[in-house]
Amino acid sequence: MSEAVITVENLSKRYLVGRLSEKRGRSDYLALRDVIARGAASASRKALDALRGRQVLQGDTLEEFWALKDVNFEVKQGEVLGVIGRNGAGKSTLLKILSRITEPTEGRVVLRGRVASLLEVGTGFHPELTGRENIFLNGAILGMTQLEIRKRFDEIVSFAEVEKFLDTPVKRYSSGMYVRLAFAVAAHLDPEILVVDEVLAVGDAEFQKKCLGKMNEVSRQEGRTVLFVSHNIGTLKSLCPTAVWLDGGKIRRNGPSAAVLNEYLTQRRLSQTPVVDLDRLPRQYGGESRLRLEKLEWMSGPPLRHGEPMSVRIYLRAQSPLHDVSVGVGFSNFEGTRLLTYETDFADNNRPNLVAPGLYAVKLVADSLPLAPDMYAVDVGCRSGDFHSLDYVGAAFQVEVISGARTPGTIVRKGAAVRLPCQSEWQMERVQDVAETIEAVN
Amino acid sequence: MTEAILIEPGRRERNYWADLWRYRELLRVLAWRDLAVRYKQTIIGLAWAIIRPFLTMLVFTAIFSRLAKLPSDGATPYALLVFAGMLPWTFFAAALSEASNSLINNSHLISKVYFPRLIVPIATVAVAFVDFLIGFCIMIALMVWYGFAPDWRILALPFFIVFAILASIGPALWVTALNVKYRDFRYVIPFVVQFGLYVSPVGFSSQVVPPAWRALYSLNPMVGVIDGFRWCILGPESELYPPGLLVSGLVAAFFLWFGFRYFRKTERSFADLI
Repeated sequence: MSEAVITVENLSKRYLVGRLSEKRGRSDYLALRDVIARGAASASRKALDALRGRQVLQGDTLEEFWALKDVNFEVKQGEVLGVIGRNGAGKSTLLKILSRITEPTEGRVVLRGRVASLLEVGTGFHPELTGRENIFLNGAILGMTQLEIRKRFDEIVSFAEVEKFLDTPVKRYSSGMYVRLAFAVAAHLDPEILVVDEVLAVGDAEFQKKCLGKMNEVSRQEGRTVLFVSHNIGTLKSLCPTAVWLDGGKIRRNGPSAAVLNEYLTQRRLSQTPVVDLDRLPRQYGGESRLRLEKLEWMSGPPLRHGEPMSVRIYLRAQSPLHDVSVGVGFSNFEGTRLLTYETDFADNNRPNLVAPGLYAVKLVADSLPLAPDMYAVDVGCRSGDFHSLDYVGAAFQVEVISGARTPGTIVRKGAAVRLPCQSEWQMERVQDVAETIEAVN
Repeated sequence: MTEAILIEPGRRERNYWADLWRYRELLRVLAWRDLAVRYKQTIIGLAWAIIRPFLTMLVFTAIFSRLAKLPSDGATPYALLVFAGMLPWTFFAAALSEASNSLINNSHLISKVYFPRLIVPIATVAVAFVDFLIGFCIMIALMVWYGFAPDWRILALPFFIVFAILASIGPALWVTALNVKYRDFRYVIPFVVQFGLYVSPVGFSSQVVPPAWRALYSLNPMVGVIDGFRWCILGPESELYPPGLLVSGLVAAFFLWFGFRYFRKTERSFADLI
């Protein structure tokens, strides 16, 4: 049982990136002369590359970029390995190499067994085809034979709960149905090695649970080897006993997932300056064209203080007129559980219409921050009156809460979440007997 | 353990052909998808497959026979002459233009799943072949209309069909691979196809070409294919020119080898380029 099923040795992947250099001479403006010279240089390089049969790149300077550098690890039979890392850490490149979509530049990988990779749900789904037809199409793309699909067809359909709509083109499906059907096909693949990207980041909560259950079943009972990439710490913790943390294309930490994930969490972006540039942070969803969260400004801290007033100002740029806009700031622990939310869309709150496009600022004020001293991941979101999320920056940075003037000085329990003072009334006479006292109080 | 897959830089996979065989169902499914999707949301649906070649044939007959007064092969009806040439040419043109965009149209597959990439352009050639079969039925209908019966030479037609397929796959693969790297070819191909229609003996008989030039003319592999088709279908009036056929065959074979080689060489970087 302890044979290595996936062996990765010195794996490296280099990309060449073309870019426009910033050489501008003394003056600040770009002379036409420079543009022409640069254009000529890049055109001649492109022509040369084309003649040599090399990749043609835009821009006038070439840069090497190592998406992965000397990565080594092993996954044993039946093991479930989690891969974590920030955007751009090399996770997707690793997955692509393991799925044989792209070739490594150096190093090697040995995979012992049939591999199925799910880098996306519903790869190759065609909107014009019916659910039934798409099951066969998607199955074939994922490497199932038509016979296998036919055998598992009923199972797939009942897992996806789309029996009624089997003969409807999937373009008429709700997004939930679409995702369910897509995952159902993938979940019924029968490989020895399963490589999964964050496909579970979609679908409603209930279906996510079902998918996670299925994944668990696959690895525990059927002894399959799974490599799972996710941003969701909670999911990784519950699914993967071991984890690899990729950072800048290299392995930063490798081992039991509890330890790796804890270290990963404490290293995450900590907001130490008052202003957080939201515009540059990654979004899991939202950030659509109508509005973009640009900046967050802590007006008290950081660090924030437990039990003291907290105020924060959020800058948002509206691109089109919006109505009933509300914003919110949420604090989560590192398992991803939301502990506290401040938001402006309570009935008595002020939800303005942003009539003209432009930059707006909104200040949120709370009398007393109830979060116990600890580190928290911060979510910032904005939505409009039709309950559509306009933009959402989820857990992309953290903030520290420290003791305030009124925080009890005694040992503060880690993970205390919310600590609030409450009203108290003491009975100061000497108490003779508990029963007697209760009687007296009542 | 069942099988071990080794991933290394620059490694031509030993089991490429085995993989190709294993994914043969995908080839069928992709071709079926393209066919199933093609006539969705059209009113007359499959009728398009018949109307298009039929109208082209009418136009060509009118222009080359009536206006330009080009001779047919002996007593063969000019419409039949045109259609016998159009059959392989339409196949070639469709294979080339559809295949050249096939990888780009399926880029979401290329960047998300592994399978031998060769399947994608081959599937589009398969789709073009289905159109060819439909065209062939029209051909038969036309022959019945003119009361034109083929002789024993029709038995050689399967050979020329295979010739047409191989002559199409070679350039198609080459152009497909090129198009991933240099999107310029997206604009070149329609032009080449249009140009080729007039350069190849589609609207006229290749017997109008002076004998001294025929071998040179046959450097276009479709000349050999079209001549072969006419010889099989129309009989002795469209005589075969063996040196030309040989030249066309050699050029087609070269393109087949070159197309495969180029495709295989560039295939592993498709996902990075697309």
